[in-house]
Amino acid sequence: MSRRARLWLLAPALAGTMALVVWGFTGLADFGHFQGAYGNLLAKVAVPERKATDIVVSTTFDYRGFDTLGEEMILFTAVLGLVVLLRELRGEQEEEEEAHDDQEGHAGREHRTSDALRIFGFGMVGPTVVLGVYIVTHGTLTPGGGFQGGVVLATALLVVYLAGRYAAMRKVSPLPLLEAGEATGAMAYGLIGLGGLIIAGMYMKNFIDPGTKGSLLSGGFIPLLNIAVGLEVAGAFSLAFQEFLDQTILLRGDGGSE
Amino acid sequence: MSFLPYAVAAWLFGVGIYGVATSRNLIHLVVCLTVVQSGTYILLLAIGYVGAGKAPIFADIPLNSKVVDPVVQTLTLTDVVVEATVVALLLALAMQAEKRFGTLDPDELGVMRS
Amino acid sequence: MIEAFQIVALVLVAASGTAVVLVRDPLRQAVVVSFYGSLLAGLFFAFQAPDVALSQIVIGSVGVPLMLLMAIAKVRKRELERERDE
Repeated sequence: MSRRARLWLLAPALAGTMALVVWGFTGLADFGHFQGAYGNLLAKVAVPERKATDIVVSTTFDYRGFDTLGEEMILFTAVLGLVVLLRELRGEQEEEEEAHDDQEGHAGREHRTSDALRIFGFGMVGPTVVLGVYIVTHGTLTPGGGFQGGVVLATALLVVYLAGRYAAMRKVSPLPLLEAGEATGAMAYGLIGLGGLIIAGMYMKNFIDPGTKGSLLSGGFIPLLNIAVGLEVAGAFSLAFQEFLDQTILLRGDGGSE
Repeated sequence: MSFLPYAVAAWLFGVGIYGVATSRNLIHLVVCLTVVQSGTYILLLAIGYVGAGKAPIFADIPLNSKVVDPVVQTLTLTDVVVEATVVALLLALAMQAEKRFGTLDPDELGVMRS
Repeated sequence: MIEAFQIVALVLVAASGTAVVLVRDPLRQAVVVSFYGSLLAGLFFAFQAPDVALSQIVIGSVGVPLMLLMAIAKVRKRELERERDE
């Protein structure tokens, strides 16, 4: 199909879709007047029931924990597909030797980053990790949780790369470790859900005593799920970043498979 | 003015689809898709917003305060993170296509196969 | 019912979202999209959704633009190589 023909097809299709969208929107409650029975109920019962003060987190991991399991599996599969695609791109046969001589070949990078950047950058790694862990573990109390904290943890790895050099980043985060971290997090989430089935008779049922409101360990199994998700998200994003960096830095040319 | 959030959501949805359909570069196309998706985030959060409501976090507000809907926030929060990995997957597909066909232009894919 | 801050954030998001689509060069688009991601996070704050804003900040202003830049770098590199081969 030519570009012109496609534009002509797009115009009525998009106009029709937008008309439907706008028509659908007219049936919504006015902005600011929403009365969602489910949300209002959760806002009332979540804190007394689960003792976790962040209702968004207790909805994510407890009341709608099963949906989050699905979301988590999408994340897991997407990164799995990414790794498969990019490694195929890489060309297996020269992977090892190339990785080897690039360790020397890219020593030059160390000289290109200034001392100030390097010192400041490495100084940032610790605080970034602490911030990530804080966000993961305090998810039940304040805004945050496994999803957000996990991404922050993964960016710590990028700081290592920006401040130092690629080889240093590879050394602190070997690929098998990242893969294991991602898989462990995904599995732990499923297994904790199974714990609900065994102990409380229902999958994803909160089977741990919720504790007292405001305590770091309140919310029953919500902190555990936060940590599991944090581990998985951190592993997934580090893996994705590293696979992309491998593509741009490690490889010269086509990967040699053609 | 209270229709504005819905209008912005619809606008981003439409403009993103326009970008996807007219894109001449697969990487550009992936980014346009994220614009479509951000329209859905705005729609969800706008639906759940309650006038003068507080964020649904009871760390320092009384238990009977009026809060915005937590369920739509849950949906959006997980989707933001999952979307990023899906974008990464799509970018990998674009790179794979570029390797096979030597171009990122969706119109030329399949034609230039060597 | 709608607050001034929300109006400003919505207008900014709509404008920068349009800019993201209209900028055709992927490299420039990567810069614009990180700006767009940050504005979107501001809008989520205005909608009283700090949890969503937090994930949007990390994803929108660091995660996605970075992966974009790396994908673009890879493609550029291969283009240069192809030119050299010819």
